[in-house]
Amino acid sequence: MTTMHTGTKPVEPRLSEVPTPEGRFGKFGGQYVPETLMAALAQLEEVYESVRQDRNFWDELRALFATLVGRPTPLYKASRLTAHAAELSRRSGNGGQAATIWLKREDLAHTGAHKINNTLGQGLLTKRMGKKRIIAETGAGQHGVASATAAAHLGLECDVYMGSEDVRRQRLNVIRMRMLGARVIEVDSGSRTLKDATNEAMRDWMGSVERTHYIIGSVVGPHPFPMIVRDFQSIIGTEAKAQSLRHMGRLPDSIVACVGGGSNAAGIFYPFVDDAKVQLIGVEAGGRSREPGQHAATLSFGSPGVLHGTLSYVLQDPNGQTADVHSCSAGLDYPGVGPEHSYWKDSGRVTYTATSDEQALDAFTLLAQTEGIIPALETSHAVSEAVRLASTMKSEQNVLLCCSGRGDKDVEEASRLLALRNPRH
Amino acid sequence: MGRIDTIFNELRSANRRALMPFVCAGHPRLDALPDVLLALQDSGASIVEIGIPFSDPIADGPVIAAAMHGAIHAGCTPALVLDQIASIRDRLRIGLVGMVSISIMQRLAAGSSPALVLARFRDAGFDGFIFPDLPLEESEGWRSAAAETGTTCSLLIAPTTPPERAARIAQASTGFLYLLARSGITGERSEMPDLSGRIAELRRASNLPIAVGFGIATPDHVRHVVQTADAAIVGSALVRRLSAVPPDRSPAQVAGEFCRELSAGLA
Repeated sequence: MTTMHTGTKPVEPRLSEVPTPEGRFGKFGGQYVPETLMAALAQLEEVYESVRQDRNFWDELRALFATLVGRPTPLYKASRLTAHAAELSRRSGNGGQAATIWLKREDLAHTGAHKINNTLGQGLLTKRMGKKRIIAETGAGQHGVASATAAAHLGLECDVYMGSEDVRRQRLNVIRMRMLGARVIEVDSGSRTLKDATNEAMRDWMGSVERTHYIIGSVVGPHPFPMIVRDFQSIIGTEAKAQSLRHMGRLPDSIVACVGGGSNAAGIFYPFVDDAKVQLIGVEAGGRSREPGQHAATLSFGSPGVLHGTLSYVLQDPNGQTADVHSCSAGLDYPGVGPEHSYWKDSGRVTYTATSDEQALDAFTLLAQTEGIIPALETSHAVSEAVRLASTMKSEQNVLLCCSGRGDKDVEEASRLLALRNPRH
Repeated sequence: MGRIDTIFNELRSANRRALMPFVCAGHPRLDALPDVLLALQDSGASIVEIGIPFSDPIADGPVIAAAMHGAIHAGCTPALVLDQIASIRDRLRIGLVGMVSISIMQRLAAGSSPALVLARFRDAGFDGFIFPDLPLEESEGWRSAAAETGTTCSLLIAPTTPPERAARIAQASTGFLYLLARSGITGERSEMPDLSGRIAELRRASNLPIAVGFGIATPDHVRHVVQTADAAIVGSALVRRLSAVPPDRSPAQVAGEFCRELSAGLA
């Protein structure tokens, strides 16, 4: 399958050959930022170009991945989850067979999610640029914790912007960030969630750009961020590809990942986008309903527009104001999405779907009780879709699920939400 | 020749400088804009920048961001602002420049085109535009739409902009050059930095008038800026006053008084 292009040269440019030097993924991407930031983006592009060919940089990052993060993360065969999918298949009259579900265990990465892959990479870039301070935005707190960890390891100063609503619902991560020596700055404007934290981080960067690097936590923002974050996160898909060949004997039939900004999905999808036979499915936060303000399913219900420096799908009202969003998961609660996902959606390469709060909570409990793995609420959205999808497939097929993060941070919020649903719980 | 060019030509031949206040449409009240514009015209303003409220203004500090959020909450939309401007335009001689996030403009242009959107603004009475989050690289479509509709498009030049790039931005701009006095976001500051080197450099690259903004809050700041620049832009200091209009005064009175105070710095 990986050699499907041999013999004839593909006529179309390969989907992986993006972005352009201007930062375009098809029509999406670009750099819609105040002029004050353009010099910093140019510097970042230049430093990143220089390290791309620099073995020392990648050796250093690989060593950190191996010894600090615990990479490669395992590929885990979820037998009881698969049996559950087969049971669903039997009940819905599909013959009782299901594809085998495999988990790429990013939840086992140090700090509990894939976010550390990006923060260590950008942390090393920060050192190359000679900057002493990093800032970050965070929703669920995983990117904040990963940034604080990279800062501690590399001896950098670290400030993390976090919406006050998220400070409440992800309290454990706030404590972790502070223990790691970072300052957590609560953001009280707008909806008090990830979008507003991103606004404040950008404002900080406008005034501090000469000594500060902004570690964006997802494949969003102005070029070159979507490319850099994707590249650092694509270690997920690169490892998963080799592990699939080893354990399944071939590539998976389908890959499922949750999408907020879209960094774990971009990381696991990107090494597979040119393998046309591998179905790629991104799962957005369907929230309470399809009504505006009740979900955060940007690719499912949004339209192209500019947010946080990039042209991509966005949830906007007809006047161009960013719409309110809702998700039970703080990490998916974002009205934008990475421009490469918009490109993949419009090209038809990736299918995007949405999972509701209720379905995600069910999947949270399901994975915990069938496999002994408590997933993050973000990840739970993908778990729900993977189980549904597997139950429609054949038993010799394989579904690869990106288990992007663990749910320790969510136990308080999830038990609160479960208790609301079932007071006897 | 458009109104912005005419205004600067007249000022130049009289050896005078311009005061360019910024106000946020829909702030502090949904219907405040027309009277505020009349008051600014009567108090020494040559051109007024009108901010169209945006939910996520990343270049703006807390004062302007709060004004924008308040205006959106009150129901301010681009269509409403255009109606207000159209209703007052024949009583205004001053230039009107829209300060609009490209997020808003892209959305308005979806299913239409940049030129059609700018024509709507022009027909309502706008003379030019500043898109604070549209750098040179992304600006071509909007600059040609401005040229096509006879409106001006001023790109921003920041302290972090290298000289060669600043020259290219200057050459791509029309109407006037918008020079940011500082890095960072909008807001009032106590000291004004020395901009004479950057201004001399821009004079070599372009004949357009130079307007300086970000952090200008007092008549002394205005005085300092117009020693070398052609215009001083005052934003947050005015918006802050409009956020705290006493019950016995109107927004127009407060705007007019502060503008008159600032225009003392032009003398």
